[in-house]
Amino acid sequence: MTTRLFGQGVPRKEDRRLLTGAGRFVDDLSHDAWEVAIVRSPHAHARIVDIDVTEALDVPDLVAIHTWEDLPERMQQPLPLLIPHPALTAPRTQFVLANGEVNHVGEAIVMVVARTRYAAEDAADRIRVDYEFLEPVVGIERAAAGDRRVHDELDDNVAAHLVQEIGDARAAIDAAPHTMSFRLDVERSASTPLETRGVYARWDADEGHLRLYSSTQAPTSVRAAVATILEMDFQDVECIAPDVGGGFGVKIMHPWPEEVLVPWAATVLGHDVKFTEDRREHFISANHERGQVQHLEVGFDDDGRILGIDFTFLHDHGAYIPYGLIVPIITSTQFLGPYRISDYRVEFRSLYTNTVPVTPYRGAGRPQAVFAMERLMDKVAAELGKDRTQVRAINLIQPDEFPWEFGLTFQDGRAYTYDSGDYPTSLDMLKDLVGWDDFARRQAEARDDGRLLGIGLAAYVEGTGVGPYEGGHVLVEPTGRVQVATGLSSQGQGHETVFAQIVADVLGVDLDDVEVVVGDSSRMQYAVGTFASRAAVMSGNAIALAANKVREKALRLASEALEVDPADLEFADGQVRVVGSPDTGLPLKMLATLSNPLRYAFDEDAAAATQFAAPADPDRPPVGDDDEPGLEGTDFYSPVRSTFASGMHAVVVEVDPDTSAVEILDYAVVHDCGNLINPTIVRGQVHGGVGQGVGGALYERMAYDEHGQLQNASFMDFLMPYMTEVPDGIAIDHLETPSPLNPLGIKGAGEAGVIPSAAVFAAAIEDAVGIPIDAMPISPSQLHHLRLAADAPASTNGQP
Amino acid sequence: MKPPPFRHVAPRTVDEAVTALAEADGHGKVLAGGQSLVPLLNMRLAAPSVLVDVNGVTGLDGIEVTDDAVVVGATVRHRDLERHAAADAALPVLRQALVHVAHPVIRNRGTVVGSLVHADPAAELPAVLVLLGGHVDVVSRDDRRSIDAEALFVAPLESSLRPDELAVSATFPRLAATTATAVRELARRHGDYAMAGVCVAVDRDDERATVTGARAVFIGVTDTPTLVDLGEDLAGQGCHDLDTVAAVARARDAIDPTDDIHATADYRRHLAGVMLARALADAATGREDA
Ligand SMILES: Cc1cc2nc3c(=O)[nH]c(=O)nc-3n(C[C@H](O)[C@H](O)[C@H](O)COP(=O)(O)OP(=O)(O)OC[C@H]3O[C@@H](n4cnc5c(N)ncnc54)[C@H](O)[C@@H]3O)c2cc1C
Repeated sequence: MTTRLFGQGVPRKEDRRLLTGAGRFVDDLSHDAWEVAIVRSPHAHARIVDIDVTEALDVPDLVAIHTWEDLPERMQQPLPLLIPHPALTAPRTQFVLANGEVNHVGEAIVMVVARTRYAAEDAADRIRVDYEFLEPVVGIERAAAGDRRVHDELDDNVAAHLVQEIGDARAAIDAAPHTMSFRLDVERSASTPLETRGVYARWDADEGHLRLYSSTQAPTSVRAAVATILEMDFQDVECIAPDVGGGFGVKIMHPWPEEVLVPWAATVLGHDVKFTEDRREHFISANHERGQVQHLEVGFDDDGRILGIDFTFLHDHGAYIPYGLIVPIITSTQFLGPYRISDYRVEFRSLYTNTVPVTPYRGAGRPQAVFAMERLMDKVAAELGKDRTQVRAINLIQPDEFPWEFGLTFQDGRAYTYDSGDYPTSLDMLKDLVGWDDFARRQAEARDDGRLLGIGLAAYVEGTGVGPYEGGHVLVEPTGRVQVATGLSSQGQGHETVFAQIVADVLGVDLDDVEVVVGDSSRMQYAVGTFASRAAVMSGNAIALAANKVREKALRLASEALEVDPADLEFADGQVRVVGSPDTGLPLKMLATLSNPLRYAFDEDAAAATQFAAPADPDRPPVGDDDEPGLEGTDFYSPVRSTFASGMHAVVVEVDPDTSAVEILDYAVVHDCGNLINPTIVRGQVHGGVGQGVGGALYERMAYDEHGQLQNASFMDFLMPYMTEVPDGIAIDHLETPSPLNPLGIKGAGEAGVIPSAAVFAAAIEDAVGIPIDAMPISPSQLHHLRLAADAPASTNGQP
Repeated sequence: MKPPPFRHVAPRTVDEAVTALAEADGHGKVLAGGQSLVPLLNMRLAAPSVLVDVNGVTGLDGIEVTDDAVVVGATVRHRDLERHAAADAALPVLRQALVHVAHPVIRNRGTVVGSLVHADPAAELPAVLVLLGGHVDVVSRDDRRSIDAEALFVAPLESSLRPDELAVSATFPRLAATTATAVRELARRHGDYAMAGVCVAVDRDDERATVTGARAVFIGVTDTPTLVDLGEDLAGQGCHDLDTVAAVARARDAIDPTDDIHATADYRRHLAGVMLARALADAATGREDA
């Protein structure tokens, strides 16, 4: 029997291609395509008075210039609201090209097509747009004040207002022995994948067929959106996400204006057209996330047991709200983390501002939620003079209490119910891993040397693998190679490897004989997309189901051909063979040939296969009623609700007493995503997440000034951490609590690494310097001023 | 982020290069390592009509170490100088500063002379040139001259070269054997321009282990690199127990940092003082771990 691959850290199949520069990204595909440049608004809020293209017309190599007025009627409509919600009472979405008004710096106004991007930018430079300035709404507080409005016709800047409650939070807080209230803010940041957005369209006028390549997390949805807006049949449009150089959420948004404009231009111009976003454009026109102002009120008892929480927050969703309320709803629910909280009220307002729209970024509302809950736990511990892990421990949901029903509604509209977990064990493991119990001694010793050390921890629960469904297709080629397809796309996570591991196990074939294709709508047209840590759970299970169909069919064919009871057959080494007598069996490739009654003997295998064919019954059709030719299977996996992964992080930092610079000494992660398909890949996901979390906690922010100008729209000033800023020793321990909800018992792992970072760093810095850290991210300059204001212990030689 | 159209000329000699600059009639720009110029072009913040690419000009790639100075040609990369053992032995401050310049990939292309001419107030090498009292030799079609460090840096991102001039070399004078140097800075990320930094030279009486004089030039907290003499505050102090309070106070008065999105002016002023205290201690004690 071949060793089981599920659970093995096998090397990634995609790495050779990606690491040797042989990856195929959208911009690699299209050297002869004409290129698009977009004239974007330099103002945060303005009416467009006039657009004058005269000076651009004599730019060499210019092909076409289009404004909103040139578009067909269907394209003149606002882009779709992807996820409506009853509480979203004032939704606004953007136009593919501005229709008279711009609402953020970077909003698309004019599309220029030229033979090269250089020429397109030259022409774009010469297009004059006259504006009438409107007062910009920047910042959550300004938006909440409502004295200036983003969308004139609305009474205020509130797009949605939602309250959810379980139990009676007010009564519980009022009756509690201790209460506290405080405010905890998180600033805006963004996904910033290395590959920016890109879309490339090939229009075949003879066939009336449009092929689209997009750097997207949801190719089938892009296809559906484009077909709908261009008024084409779905079958005449295909969309492929080739290699995608990172997404982190921003590429789940669809359709982008350019995803509609580029294919439309290709059809009207009769030529390949592409758009490759540049970095500056990415900062000001691809979506952001995270900005929230959060107020909390908590009641608790002498042991630190949380009795009631009232959580009110303002969510900044930018100029438009195409993705609905997903992010604030996730914050509202996932706030509860691993804790048994019965009296809880949450209320949010989602506000318009004249800034780039907000849609999910890895973690999607959870980093803010965890920041709120975990800071709350720390504050309760501080108030009671208890160890921070004690207060958490006393509030944890216990392993025998699952499924745990909170009585709230999650982002997918389903019950917010945890399927499984073991939080107390996770906490114990983390304490061991980071040396929690010994830290006080270490901190005191360091302090004697004038060094400021601090430790923080944070826990999270993450709803992963949201529905509605994902599909898998598995086909055994007559060569014996196994072709696997699923519709969601990959951004480098290692899908090709883990899906191949699953199939190789089911069919007993070599990993190298399994080829996985993701993100091609012509290979799997029903699909949802890569987000919410759902690829392994959704496509993994769908592919396992499909592979099992193939296995059953192969078993039936082999049993008939060998005249052996199926129970006596096994799959190994690419064969279906008799248990205990490995020489009696049929290779899968021969079964693939056998499965097709049209058996022209193209080669010797096919000729050999004929001798195994069951004698044909002249009175029955060659393909039975319940059968199909071919050794293939398709299946879909659709869960009732999400499965909940969990974990805890801890960090030890050192704060320079003079400069307030923060150095990371140790970072520890305990992570539970159910059964691990490939531990190395999960570790990689955690590492990447922690790196991104370091960025979010200590470096990255969207620095809008009061005019709505983004002052750091480049990698010079948007401080994505380098390798040198990410801790090189991240200690990771895995806990495996299988999910009862899906056949493979797995939970998602993609986002977890980034979720607790704001909380864990704030806690550690607070522990080091002894003053509350209630807003993140934090820079040395900010920390310096906080310490000055708090009159913190004087520095050793800085003479502040 | 594509540059506007320009003509690219690739002279082989200094004569050809300065002729091309003269013919460009004020619209030409020298292209050296391109690490500062190319981003400006791509963001369309600069639009020269001619780029005079000096990377192929012969005779500009030398590093010469004499008894008096280290002389660096116009196409010498940061990394070449950083790894030059004789230059390091003659003037350790060069390597002390260069390791703070960006990352190795940028140092592989960026040039020492280009960094000086570019006159970024947050750059390290201009501060070093001022600390050492060095100069840059420049050539134009009809002229050649030498510009002293103090006269070179006019304003942020503005040096006193005319558009038709090519800087052919920079001269970094050597220090007395009893003078030690150090560079300290703090950047947001490794390799970023510093929020505040300083390079210092400390004259020592090694027998008595005392300081006889000290000078500092700050990085990133003044419009142009400016020499601050700290001799009055430090002369006579013991190398191993420096009291830097007066020197730090003087320095904090001498600088003029501004707010930006990464740090407030007050923080930079504070930080500059911290870096100065640490750098002075490094140089006074001969510590090399900065
Ligand atoms: C990400 C990043 C980080 C960086 N961090 C730092 C840092 O921390 N510290 C630092 O000091 N620098 C830093 N730099 C800048 C780097 O050091 C540049 O290489 C240097 O400033 C300019 O050198 P260059 O050869 O690339 O010049 P170029 O970019 O080619 O030219 C810069 C300017 O100088 C002019 N010029 C160049 N050579 C000559 C010459 N011989 N005669 C006349 N004019 C000339 C050009 O016309 C142009 O105006 C960084 C750059 C990047 C991209």
